[in-house]
Amino acid sequence: MSVSVEIRDLYIAFGSGPAAVKVLPGVSFKVKAGECFGLVGESGSGKSTVLRCISLLTDFWKGEVLIDGRSVRDLALIERCRMLQMVFQDPYGSLHPRQSVRTVLHEPLVIHGLGDREERMQRAITDVGLPVEFLDRFPHQLSGGQRQRVAIARALILEPSLLLLDEPTSALDVSVQAEILNLLQRLRDERGFTYIMVTHDLAVVDHMCDRFAVMLRGEVTEILPHEAIAVNGATHPYARELIGASLDYEGIR
Amino acid sequence: MDKTILDVQNLRIRYAGSPTEAVRGVSFTLGRERLGIVGESGSGKSTVGRALLRLLPGASITADRLRFEDLDLLALKEREMLKVRGRRMSMILQDPKFSLNPIRRVGDQVAETYLRHFKCSRREAHDKTIAMLEAVKIRDAERVFKQYPHEISGGMGQRVMIAMMLLADPDLVIADEPTSALDVTVRLQVLTILDSLVRDRGIGLIMISHDLNLVRNFCDRVLIMYAGNVVETLKASELDQAQHPYTQGLLAAQPRIGGPRQPLAVLDRKPEWLKEQA
Ligand SMILES: Nc1ncnc2c1ncn2[C@@H]1O[C@H](COP(=O)(O)OP(=O)(O)OP(=O)(O)O)[C@@H](O)[C@H]1O
Ligand SMILES: Nc1ncnc2c1ncn2[C@@H]1O[C@H](COP(=O)(O)OP(=O)(O)OP(=O)(O)O)[C@@H](O)[C@H]1O
Ligand SMILES: [Mg+2]
Ligand SMILES: [Mg+2]
Repeated sequence: MSVSVEIRDLYIAFGSGPAAVKVLPGVSFKVKAGECFGLVGESGSGKSTVLRCISLLTDFWKGEVLIDGRSVRDLALIERCRMLQMVFQDPYGSLHPRQSVRTVLHEPLVIHGLGDREERMQRAITDVGLPVEFLDRFPHQLSGGQRQRVAIARALILEPSLLLLDEPTSALDVSVQAEILNLLQRLRDERGFTYIMVTHDLAVVDHMCDRFAVMLRGEVTEILPHEAIAVNGATHPYARELIGASLDYEGIR
Repeated sequence: MDKTILDVQNLRIRYAGSPTEAVRGVSFTLGRERLGIVGESGSGKSTVGRALLRLLPGASITADRLRFEDLDLLALKEREMLKVRGRRMSMILQDPKFSLNPIRRVGDQVAETYLRHFKCSRREAHDKTIAMLEAVKIRDAERVFKQYPHEISGGMGQRVMIAMMLLADPDLVIADEPTSALDVTVRLQVLTILDSLVRDRGIGLIMISHDLNLVRNFCDRVLIMYAGNVVETLKASELDQAQHPYTQGLLAAQPRIGGPRQPLAVLDRKPEWLKEQA
């Protein structure tokens, strides 16, 4: 099943009184059902915050987040978890230190009453390129990239329609990144998953995304098709600068 | 004067309770240069870095030689190691937020590193910290100083770690994925700061990174690691002429701007790569 996402005037501030910081003053964008939508931009501009708001990990925002036309606030928790899953930027923080990989993957299956558990866990772990023996490891016994792959496996095991991916591959070597990106692409082709993907790598955006938004200080400066990267077709000065720097970085100009 | 900062010969590391070695005979030397380490996820890159700082409790570490400047790192007592760690040799860890104390303000933690290594007033340490956060291009440094680790973004966390390292003014820096969460513009600014440490202060820099563009453009030499071994050492500028099939596979797996949107090339990992030694 494919779902669309619409964000309207998403507003959030942290702190209160005069010290409050408006992190997102009013973000709006639409993602089509089955689309891969990129979020790029300045470090600290609010990309992770947007994903946290959509998934209701942070819930004191104003505005609207509609998933297939329904407010995310109207979805029951259990339904929301089946519908959307998030892969966090910081894999260490998102895995419980005392839970083995098996527990991490098993728990969601139990909560959602899914069968064939052993089989699903084995498929999830091999899909992200890890041996089945890793089910019995704990987070501190994994390298940075292995932890990230466990986090991806956990998000995929419920087969959600919408995946929010916060730099899913920046901790992986490019050969493992290629496997994960191919897997995400395949799932999208086969099952129509919708992705919102935060990354700093515009080559990944060009490879994976249909369109992407460029963020600066909490605002979306411009939304562009992926083809705009290679020719630097941006018009907003910051978006132009960012794409230009990425082309230089890749040695393309 | 000897230009070698670090001399590692036949380094082997086994984690407690693990049947196999995570690092299986790594050798390299480091001068006043920028050495990149690239390699498979799980190949032992972070383990090598942590072993140099002796941050692997319970693991067994052996080597024919493990020298840092005038010190034999294997023979050093923990008490002596305390004077080296952070001050003369510093590591920027891969998980910045995990390495910060979650219940203390970010700025206080950075200022404390400075106070630990240098005699000065709290005020001075505060001012130094703010200046350093600004140097690594953190907007609104006074606000970030007062935030807790969970309140800062991924890229801000990486820059806090870099600021902490810079304040200690070490001779050897091991940077484990220091810039992966930074946008390209800020990344280049931070790399310029690291670069000037090597050029102007003559430090040695080890850059562990998955970013092939970074390693190619920013490092002098590159070690390629696979399953606990160094399989290849290259001049960074000659990365594209790599001979080892793992390195060649990495280069082929990289998505490129304007490239075809077909599935990316994946590696066919060969069992014989495990046995090789370079
Ligand atoms: N809980 C919080 N309390 C206070 N400020 C916060 C909180 N969470 C986020 N912020 C602030 O919101 C801003 C945006 O953070 P966010 O993590 O969304 O950035 P980002 O675009 O993901 O950056 P990066 O690319 O570095 O990960 C930052 O200035 C951050 O300090
Ligand atoms: N405490 C531990 N106990 C047992 N095995 C461990 C422990 N820590 C790490 N390992 C294993 O040692 C190997 C090397 O880990 P290391 O963290 O050095 O990899 P890495 O090259 O830094 O990978 P990445 O690029 O994913 O960060 C991995 O296979 C990992 O699973
Ligand atoms: Mg972020
Ligand atoms: Mg590592």
